[in-house]
Amino acid sequence: MAFSALRILKEGLTGNKGWQPHWRDPAPKEEYDVVIIGGGGHGLSTAYYLAKEHGITNVAVLEKGWIGGGNVGRNTTIVRANYMVPGNSEFYSHSLKLWEGLDADLNYNVMHSQRGQITIFNSDGARDAAMRRANAVINQGDDAELLSLGQLKKTLPYLDYDQTRFPIYGGMLYRRAGTARHDAVAWGLARGADRRGVDIIQNCEVTGIDTAGGVVQGVQTSRGAIRTKKVAIVVAGRSSQVAAMAGMRLPIESHVLQAFVTEGLKPCIDHVVSYGMLGHFYISQSDKGGLVFGGNLDGYASYAARGNLPMAEHVCEAAMTLMPMIGRAKMLRSWGGIMDMSSDGSPIIDKTHIDGLYFNGGWCYGGFKAIPASGNCYAHLIAQDRPHPAATGFRLDRFTTGRGLLDEEGTGSHHNLH
Amino acid sequence: MKIPCPLCGQRDSREFSYLGHASLMDRPAPDAGDAAWDDYLHNRENPAGVTEDLWSHDYGCAAWVVVTRNTVTHGILSARLAKEGTS
Ligand SMILES: Cc1cc2nc3c(=O)[nH]c(=O)nc-3n(C[C@H](O)[C@H](O)[C@H](O)COP(=O)(O)OP(=O)(O)OC[C@H]3O[C@@H](n4cnc5c(N)ncnc54)[C@H](O)[C@@H]3O)c2cc1C
Ligand SMILES: [Zn+2]
Repeated sequence: MAFSALRILKEGLTGNKGWQPHWRDPAPKEEYDVVIIGGGGHGLSTAYYLAKEHGITNVAVLEKGWIGGGNVGRNTTIVRANYMVPGNSEFYSHSLKLWEGLDADLNYNVMHSQRGQITIFNSDGARDAAMRRANAVINQGDDAELLSLGQLKKTLPYLDYDQTRFPIYGGMLYRRAGTARHDAVAWGLARGADRRGVDIIQNCEVTGIDTAGGVVQGVQTSRGAIRTKKVAIVVAGRSSQVAAMAGMRLPIESHVLQAFVTEGLKPCIDHVVSYGMLGHFYISQSDKGGLVFGGNLDGYASYAARGNLPMAEHVCEAAMTLMPMIGRAKMLRSWGGIMDMSSDGSPIIDKTHIDGLYFNGGWCYGGFKAIPASGNCYAHLIAQDRPHPAATGFRLDRFTTGRGLLDEEGTGSHHNLH
Repeated sequence: MKIPCPLCGQRDSREFSYLGHASLMDRPAPDAGDAAWDDYLHNRENPAGVTEDLWSHDYGCAAWVVVTRNTVTHGILSARLAKEGTS
């Protein structure tokens, strides 16, 4: 069933009774060509591109809960391509291009909105750093524009320009950055994969990975054993537990990141706005009108999917410092997600020491924007057993060898510093 | 979260800074080899459930404290001075 304006009109006139579920609810088969563990954005995207670009359709996505219940449905949905180090830069550039075609490609409105992101700088040093990043982004073939203080005042009149605590010097505008609708991304990819024959199996937890002589044989699940020659791990915050089923130890620590949303307001914040003085703060307005914002990790290992009050207070302080008007809005909800923090702050898409076992993870707090390219590149690796050109840097052995560390923030390969 | 510092008593977690899993105290010997050092520097226990991790009481007594807590519930079970060593 394809979506079209005509279809919406017809359904609207006939009581919306003709809509069908967007994907099937199949029972697991005994054997698949590829089993993907994890039905988050990245797992669904991997299945979609395996089917679409590699013709591999005998695929199962095994999800222990419901699709969209993990980080893909819990994040602040900022999509941008302003990474700097080689390895990251071409990957996120590739991802942004895939985003730009995603609605049409999926025939599904993922509400990708390129409203522009403005990162504000509050000192000469921060402006220099912003310029350096912007030049790297321009060199990778994307765009960035410097906004003077005067231009910024016209564009974002609601910021507190009078403060002396963190005086505002200007901003960097990434016009093609923006947001997308978190669960529509999961649903659109699920529907796209399902239509090509992929089985999306919810409430199916993987409890073991079967190997023999260093070769993958299949998986054990809460719904029985499944045979397969290729297993693709892509479970975000649960990476360490699932990899341990195959005897692996990972350079990953799971942390909680919170997000906050206010009551619905009339349109007032037209862009994604961020700044990095009080830790880190970013905000956008959802299509329902809620102001969606967040900051840094709480800062300790956690699987709680909810955070604590100190970070809530800190993020609200950062919000008030930048845009005092936000103090008039009521905060409705806050929640957390489990972040797979790698030690250099960058992701991994690679084969493992076990034949037929692949690993994708370490997305930290930035994997939503990566969803199309991560699936695209992971599918390429699984289908062809060699990395996609846009993801050659995401090697698992870079931590061991020290070669090719993707240290975007210049803090070294050190847990707890990203 | 409140952390029961063995020297200062129950204190707000904001007084502490976090380092990571308590196994960081088991530093390999300088000549232990690449594999041991790689594992020590990068790989992590990362348990979902009860864990022991290192917190420094920066805004208190400045001692390193090993906190036993649950990463799933955020419950804090106990704390002891790091200088007492690993359990
Ligand atoms: C508050 C917050 C804000 C964020 N903001 C942004 C942002 O603005 N921009 C951005 O780019 N990124 C952001 N992120 C990061 C982004 O959401 C994640 O990096 C990304 O969603 C992770 O990949 P995923 O979608 O596949 O993860 P998930 O949706 O978490 O998917 C993993 C899935 O694996 C399943 N699973 C785990 N174990 C098993 C098992 N044993 N068997 C079967 N299934 C299993 C889980 O149930 C889960 O559904 C944010 C994250 C959070 C929490
Ligand atoms: Zn103390």
